[in-house]
Amino acid sequence: MILLKKLLNIRGFNNATSSIVAIFAGLLFGFIILLISNPSQAVDGFIIILKGGFSTGGKGMGQVMYFATPLILTGLSVGFAFKTGLFNIGASGQFIMGAFAAVYIGVKWTFIPAPFHWMVALLAATIVGGLWALIPGLLKAYLNVHEVISTIMMNYIGMYLANFLVKSTVYDSKKALSMNVAESAVLPKGGLDKIFYNPIGSSGAVDLSTVNSGFYIALVVAVIMFIVLNKTTFGYELKACGFNQNASKYAGINEKRSIVLSMVIAGALAGLGGGLLYLSGASGRHIKAVDVLAAEGFNGIPVALLGLSNPIGIIFSAIFISYITLGGNYLQTLNFVPEIIDVIIACVIYFSAFALLFRNILPRLLKWRMDAAEIKNERGNE
Amino acid sequence: MDYVIEMLNITKEFPGIIANDNITLQLKKGEIHALLGENGAGKSTLMSVLFGLYQPEKGTIKKEGKEVKINDPNAANALGIGMVHQHFKLVHNFTVLQNIILGVETTHNGLLRMDDARTKVVSLSKRYGLSVDPDALIQDITVGMQQRVEILKMLYRDNEILIFDEPTAVLTPQEIDELMKIMKDLAAEGKSILFITHKLNEIKEVADRCTVLRKGKLVGTVDVADTSIEQMSEMMVGRKIDFAVEKADVEPGEPVLEVRGLTVGGKHTKKSVKDVSFTVRKGEIVCIAGIDGNGQSELVYALTGLQPIEKGQILINGKDITHLSIRKRNAEGMSHIPEDRHKHGLVLDYSLEENLVLKCYYTPIFQKNGFLKFQKINEYANCLIAKYDIRSGQGAKTIARSMSGGNQQKAIVAREIDLGPEILIAVQPTRGLDVGAIEYIHKQLLSQREEGKAVLLISLELDEVMDISDRILVIYEGEIVGELDPKTATLQELGLYMAGGKRDERSEAI
Repeated sequence: MILLKKLLNIRGFNNATSSIVAIFAGLLFGFIILLISNPSQAVDGFIIILKGGFSTGGKGMGQVMYFATPLILTGLSVGFAFKTGLFNIGASGQFIMGAFAAVYIGVKWTFIPAPFHWMVALLAATIVGGLWALIPGLLKAYLNVHEVISTIMMNYIGMYLANFLVKSTVYDSKKALSMNVAESAVLPKGGLDKIFYNPIGSSGAVDLSTVNSGFYIALVVAVIMFIVLNKTTFGYELKACGFNQNASKYAGINEKRSIVLSMVIAGALAGLGGGLLYLSGASGRHIKAVDVLAAEGFNGIPVALLGLSNPIGIIFSAIFISYITLGGNYLQTLNFVPEIIDVIIACVIYFSAFALLFRNILPRLLKWRMDAAEIKNERGNE
Repeated sequence: MDYVIEMLNITKEFPGIIANDNITLQLKKGEIHALLGENGAGKSTLMSVLFGLYQPEKGTIKKEGKEVKINDPNAANALGIGMVHQHFKLVHNFTVLQNIILGVETTHNGLLRMDDARTKVVSLSKRYGLSVDPDALIQDITVGMQQRVEILKMLYRDNEILIFDEPTAVLTPQEIDELMKIMKDLAAEGKSILFITHKLNEIKEVADRCTVLRKGKLVGTVDVADTSIEQMSEMMVGRKIDFAVEKADVEPGEPVLEVRGLTVGGKHTKKSVKDVSFTVRKGEIVCIAGIDGNGQSELVYALTGLQPIEKGQILINGKDITHLSIRKRNAEGMSHIPEDRHKHGLVLDYSLEENLVLKCYYTPIFQKNGFLKFQKINEYANCLIAKYDIRSGQGAKTIARSMSGGNQQKAIVAREIDLGPEILIAVQPTRGLDVGAIEYIHKQLLSQREEGKAVLLISLELDEVMDISDRILVIYEGEIVGELDPKTATLQELGLYMAGGKRDERSEAI
């Protein structure tokens, strides 16, 4: 009892518990939808979702990490902005603009020597993502235009602009996709190819996962963001502006500069995510250049919510959402319509994102119950 | 004895603090019962328990002898308990009438029947002498009027037990007098009133009995008629309070803050500060007195850099700071205890220690290469907490939002004074504080003066103005209309200047 009470007073424990409870609630809700849409195969389907990436062995887990990589970055983008008092709904636009910059350099700038080619492409993705968020940042700081409005509009501008640019520069019209980037622009495997593969037959041939060192980069960036937010004067200033702009101004912090910087950093993170996803060789993702906003950008919102905007929490929530999404894809082996699968997965993800709600209710509920029990005990003893 | 409400042995705990420890309060029918205590003594918690906002861990509530359970404000309402909160709960773009009936609308087949409501509101306001225009918008009427709307809301719901949470904190002296009269009328009509306050004069004036709380514990209930103000304040604070402020003789020295021809606003807006000039010297407290809204806030914002100026010049120790940033002004030795501690003074979601370094976190003591030195910050915070007696649930790690108003203010005062300022600008530093905290803050201001520092005090409290300051400048409609010596000036004279009825011909700044 005392141990439990002590645990309750640790913030991290509270946060993790509430996120896990939220995930269970989300899964339960998903199961109900499975039951409604296809009662006979609901249990089998649920097991497939739960097995997620594991369904297809080593390669599957690698794919989970590959698709988690951009989600970590867009989650960090949304979470970082949120910690500094801004709602960045524009991760989609920043993501796709960053992606285009990376792919363009990856395809065209082959004059860059091999070890630097992918680095330059990633750097460009980061910068372009940051610039894409600079506009809403400036609008917010100097003209008081709400960032939700401006980032949403920048999403569409970014999507159409990226489609136009891809189609006019790096488009492979036979495949209706962006071209493959040069070998030197593909992110190195970083040893992950030794772990995440499925053997084909007994000949020693392997079916490699697309995962690459981009996953390491995402982890490092998350740790860096954690340090920036919690250990530096810069993070202290940005958070202060997020909590109370007036008090920050009063304390002599340049609050307009802080708003712009927060937005630019958030955009840079999302842009980097775009670069990391698309610099992955022939087997990886390509820009489709269709009129759909990048889902990775919007999924950054539930990732950030589920991770309670904590950079370390975001790593885990991004992996979870990638895992569940892949599990959903495998549902097609049963008689589930693709649209229903999307609905189920969306339900699991968004229901889980109610973690914030649980975070507030759960500790209170537990404490209340224990206090009530204690009072009862005391009364019994009297 | 027939009590209309009894709260028996109430205990309410919050993490790290027992807000109410075994408190009993009994309210007679038709009496005005004051609830007295310092900030954080547990008054508001106790009233929130009665109003159903909190559930007590222990204790019972009885209405007219019968035990009742109050789970939420609706239950309280059903029992005839109404409350006027310190911060009014009104819809600003609704009319007075719409606000009063909100939640208990009279309807017929789903359509509003405003006429019935209007008749009742008009008759109630006549009966209790609460003159309000039922069709005025809340945003257009004065704070005193808004409070009357809150009172009418309770009367409209036929509440018998009326709780007033520090009702005078937001009112002008005239409005306070009116409120006192209204409260007496209400009591005479048989309503029972619970009156939360820490202003002793008000208790003496209207209350029949007074219950005193200290640090969550019950000190006692006394008859106001038989108890002196000194006795009540001693009960509240736990020691004798010295009401007379002792001022050492300090000879003013060199000028520190010089303001020349300062004008704020103009081109597109109304001029809120017009051609103001004055000087604050070392070792003196200069007070800017005036009725709220006569340009004091804008003057301070201009001095501290929160608002741009139209024209004029500001100097500290002879150095022109007119166009310096806020941080550079701070570095030149300007400290500022702001008017609104929640808006400007604190980052409420930061911990106490993070708030204590809000103006010095970037100095080499607290950071190295951009990384904060948490150890040093914690040590510094603990040092200030001890030195300035800042009380909170979890020490330096307490989130500022959860601290009581008085301790929040102490934290700001500690931070600003510990910066070692040349000029301390204190704006209503004692607003909403209890006598203990007021005494403390006055002592801090006076010790600044004795150390030879300059202090600019902006205050609406006339007692404070007369007791603390060395010179009084009266501001009226953005202009300095007079300079008074508190030793020779009378309150009447000061009031006359403040109301704009008299002005000096000051050709030049002193």
